[in-house]
Amino acid sequence: MLDVSGLGHTYGSGDKAHTAVGEVSFTVEPGELVCIVGPSGCGKSTLLRCVAGLLEPSKGSVSLHGNAVSGVPDDLAVVFQDYSRSLLPWRTVAGNVEFPLRDRGLSKAQRRDRVAEALSWVGLSKAAGKHPWQLSGGMQQRVCIARALAYRPALMLMDEPFASVDAQTRADLEDLVLKVREEADMTVLLVTHDIDESVYLADRVLVLSGSPSTVVETLKVDLPGPRDQITTRGSETFVRLRTEVAQLIRH
Amino acid sequence: MPSLVRKLVGLVGFLLLWEAASRSGLVSPKSVPPASEVLARFVGLFADRKFLVDVVSTVLSWAIALGCAVVLAVLLGLVLGSVPVLRAIAMPIVEFLRPLPAVALIPLVISLLGTDAQTKIVLAAFAAAWPTLMNTIYALGEVDPQLADTARSFRVGRARTFLTVTLPSISPFVLTGVRISASIALIAVVGTEFLAGGSVGLGQYAYVWGTSGGRMDVVLAAAVFAGVFGCLVNAGFSLVQRKWVSWGPEGATA
Ligand SMILES: Nc1ncnc2c1ncn2[C@@H]1O[C@H](COP(=O)(O)OP(=O)(O)O)[C@@H](O)[C@H]1O
Ligand SMILES: [Mg+2]
Repeated sequence: MLDVSGLGHTYGSGDKAHTAVGEVSFTVEPGELVCIVGPSGCGKSTLLRCVAGLLEPSKGSVSLHGNAVSGVPDDLAVVFQDYSRSLLPWRTVAGNVEFPLRDRGLSKAQRRDRVAEALSWVGLSKAAGKHPWQLSGGMQQRVCIARALAYRPALMLMDEPFASVDAQTRADLEDLVLKVREEADMTVLLVTHDIDESVYLADRVLVLSGSPSTVVETLKVDLPGPRDQITTRGSETFVRLRTEVAQLIRH
Repeated sequence: MPSLVRKLVGLVGFLLLWEAASRSGLVSPKSVPPASEVLARFVGLFADRKFLVDVVSTVLSWAIALGCAVVLAVLLGLVLGSVPVLRAIAMPIVEFLRPLPAVALIPLVISLLGTDAQTKIVLAAFAAAWPTLMNTIYALGEVDPQLADTARSFRVGRARTFLTVTLPSISPFVLTGVRISASIALIAVVGTEFLAGGSVGLGQYAYVWGTSGGRMDVVLAAAVFAGVFGCLVNAGFSLVQRKWVSWGPEGATA
């Protein structure tokens, strides 16, 4: 579904040129949850912004459903790390979830239904009328996820979506993503620097090298579903995979 | 409420000091009549037809000047704030014109436009436009790029992004600018009236009573009126800001 080939990005030019992404190629198949894991500053956000069409890559190409991506593609949604700055503070939770639906040719009733459905997926139906500042960080990120889900993208991109919440909330949000991904039948490309998180969530893990980044290895995660924070993370396969990823990143 | 009490304590204290200074002869009662006399005169002003006509002229001119200043400054600010090339060209001119005291331009504008209301409106609009202009330009630079990216990633069109993201983002700053512009416009209107002989308005009213009769009680009463009006306008803007353009927990935004 998503085909990234030979993608690289260099910021600036001349003396100040900084190559954030060296050369990255990979694919994502429909229904897959792929995690890209790499050290901080290795160009993960840059890579994701190129895939999202927010940034023109210096080289290489991205295609979605076989069409070359130039500009932001139609059926793609992004969940950013910085949830508080991604929500419109003057809108309610429901208003924020509805925000991207206006231009999608939906009737008012359809929009309302989608908002209600997305909020129930993330367990925020009761908070629909609140404003973002009345919610905890984890809840705000759930609003961002609901907004992406209501948009019904073919592909959901997530840039370190749980890096700014506490450990317990993080575990809850990870399970939430696994759950809604089943329910909404979503394809997800998630970027993280957290090795355990990548192994816990993914069907496949792409390990990036440090900047300028390249894909050093692709690992298939053959952990059985449904995954569970305690038993999955305690399993032998999990420990073996996370060690493998850690060693790959170390090198 | 306690804050209101505190403010009242300060005001009453000031009036008492004023009264004492004037009654004791510390300052000449002829120049600064006691507060009680000025306040009595202040109440009396509302029975003076001439005063009421002057006030209507001043308030109307102020409102028109502020309206023009805000519309022009916001539009210009949006253009300059969005187009870096134009901003680079225009900023030196702005930086030159902005500190020009409007009062210094009074003779020029009188010779161009006469002493009727258009003169004070033009001068006040000129003087008042700057804070709104500067705040609009500044606010556009402060729109969170993360919000802009969010809108772009959902393919929200340019026009709708402007209306639903940019405008609400900049509104607190712009309104703060308008609030400052409102005070400046009032000062400029009254100042121009004061200096433009034969004009109508609060400033000319004070000028005539001050120079022909030396009636400082009337002059000060008129000044008190202008001060009270300015305070009310400011309070009105604060209320609008608190009600409509502050999001977040109480008092968290500009
Ligand atoms: N807009 C930019 N201009 C110049 N350099 C940038 C920009 N954004 C990121 N970089 C640099 O590119 C590198 C990769 O950044 P980023 O993609 O944010 O990494 P990651 O998300 O993996 O932490 C970093 O060294 C960062 O300083
Ligand atoms: Mg990043």
